[in-house]
Amino acid sequence: MDNLVEIRNLRVAFDGVPVLHGIDLDVAPGEALGLVGESGCGKSVTWLAALGLLPGKATVSGSVRLQGQDLATAPRRTLERVRGGRIAMIFQDPSSALNPVIRVGQQIIEALRLHRGLTGAAARAEALRLMDLVGIPDARNRFSLYTHEFSGGQAQRLMIAMALAGEPDLLIADEPTTALDATIQAQILDLLVTLRREMSMATVFISHDLAAVAQVCERVCVMYAGKIIEEGHVGQLFETPRHPYTRGLFDAIPTLSGPLRRLVPIPGTVPDPRELPPGCAFAPRCNRARAFCSQHRPELLPQPEGRQLACAFPVPITQDIVHRQEEYQ
Amino acid sequence: MIRFVTSRLFRAGLTVLSVMTFAFVVLRMSGDPAQVLLGPDVPQNVVQDFRDRWGLDDPIWQQYLSYLRAMLHGDFGLSMRDRSPAIDLVMQRIPATLQLTIPALILQLAFGIPAGIYAALKRGTLADRGVIVTAIVGFTVPSFVLGLLLVLIFAVTLGILPSGGASSWQHAILPVLTMSIGGIGVLARFSRSAMIEVMGQPYIRTASAKGVSWGDVVRNHALPNAAVPIVTIVGFMVGSLIAGAIIVETIFSWPGMGRLLIVSVTNRDLAVVQCILLLVAAVMVVSNLTVDLLYGWLDPRLRQTAPAH
Repeated sequence: MDNLVEIRNLRVAFDGVPVLHGIDLDVAPGEALGLVGESGCGKSVTWLAALGLLPGKATVSGSVRLQGQDLATAPRRTLERVRGGRIAMIFQDPSSALNPVIRVGQQIIEALRLHRGLTGAAARAEALRLMDLVGIPDARNRFSLYTHEFSGGQAQRLMIAMALAGEPDLLIADEPTTALDATIQAQILDLLVTLRREMSMATVFISHDLAAVAQVCERVCVMYAGKIIEEGHVGQLFETPRHPYTRGLFDAIPTLSGPLRRLVPIPGTVPDPRELPPGCAFAPRCNRARAFCSQHRPELLPQPEGRQLACAFPVPITQDIVHRQEEYQ
Repeated sequence: MIRFVTSRLFRAGLTVLSVMTFAFVVLRMSGDPAQVLLGPDVPQNVVQDFRDRWGLDDPIWQQYLSYLRAMLHGDFGLSMRDRSPAIDLVMQRIPATLQLTIPALILQLAFGIPAGIYAALKRGTLADRGVIVTAIVGFTVPSFVLGLLLVLIFAVTLGILPSGGASSWQHAILPVLTMSIGGIGVLARFSRSAMIEVMGQPYIRTASAKGVSWGDVVRNHALPNAAVPIVTIVGFMVGSLIAGAIIVETIFSWPGMGRLLIVSVTNRDLAVVQCILLLVAAVMVVSNLTVDLLYGWLDPRLRQTAPAH
């Protein structure tokens, strides 16, 4: 099957400081892909760059193909048709992502007009249908309200309704639940899963919440310091993380079931993009790193069990797990 | 909404009353109108006669109460110079002042806001720097320096515009320029920062991400949000225009209210000064009230007095 989006060697620098070091990423039609990593690792930047939404001080290179069409070199008009029309995006803090002085219904109608040419009563009817679809109760009466009259969860639903207005092939959800209460988070995740299934729309789910990723995604890419360091099926990666960083992410989460164990934090912090170590960017924080790691930057390479990995000395997998791993392929 | 308006109106009334009281007390404490108006060589009995006639020897609270009482009947007092009603003297001067302040305000809005928005959208470029530098020069040069500079250039050196007086529309050009340039600078700088602030908001990125064209993002999504802080500063500028008029009318011998104020303060012509200050306070209060009401119209979040949720 042809990929919907193919990103090749995407690089981004802010004021000459590289923050994204050559990202290769494919999204298949209808697929749910998770992008995990600590804040500042380049998860959001990847997609903002792909859609040309980064500020002027950012320099972007590489190619982003949407079913063969290169977005990196596309004229502004084309990019505007793609944004919201083919690839829609929702953001972290829904209450500030909606315009405070425009009625929410009008904001949805604007997307309908841009991408589906709907105006007047037809646009209003469709906007109401979308508000209904994403679970805004009493949509008819709340159509003319403003953003501040909605809770965070409701605002995120409105954002999703607006994103759906253009009937996109791909929805980028950039930390869509981070700013919400836990119970609301679960509702929004459910909504995203349902919508994706019903509308056969691919989803890229950007998050640092591994549990949320597991709930929504089939495939996961783990990013660190502007690179993808491990990629694979969600079950595979979650059961046997092989990159020490991925492993570290899991060791740092408390579990409710199983024996009580001490949480193991990853020591140190994400390196400053201006002072990246010459070798593996994770080496200074890695408990498996050897002298080799601080000199050689590992490439992201396909592994026999189906995942891709960028590590010279990965966490080994035991034999019984290998058998289970083969089921994923 | 009604509660909002009545509370604002009540505060506005209180503000005007405070200004009136303050002006009344300070004017009477700071000099003797009889001595100033009549001069030092006038015999004592004439001075005493003048004082009795204007009630200047009464206790100050008594004078104040009778002033308020007269005010309630629409009587703003008489000028001590020629016994003509103070309000008439002031009213005669208002059109001349408006001839300067209204064009100055229009120039400020027409140049200041677009320049600021343009600079914000071209942030970091040479054009942006140019606007900032010009704006800073514009509002740091005091109006009396600027006025004299303009006179030097256009009246003295080039000889194309009159340096003072009010006999033709050409006479208004230099005073209007002097009054508006500072405000253009302030407004440009303020609009720029308001616009930069708004352009960095998440909802602007949302609008771009949903496919709105750049021009429509600026027009439909950014400008309505930047309008709130810009309107605030315009409200203040209306007030400072009147203050500016006092200086500029004096420099250019323009027969407006500002010059009348200077002359009346020098002469301790109490009723006239009070009348002008009352008017200035009223203008300030009305412009602030207008700004408050505009807020609610521009920003739905400010419509309720009670917080939402």
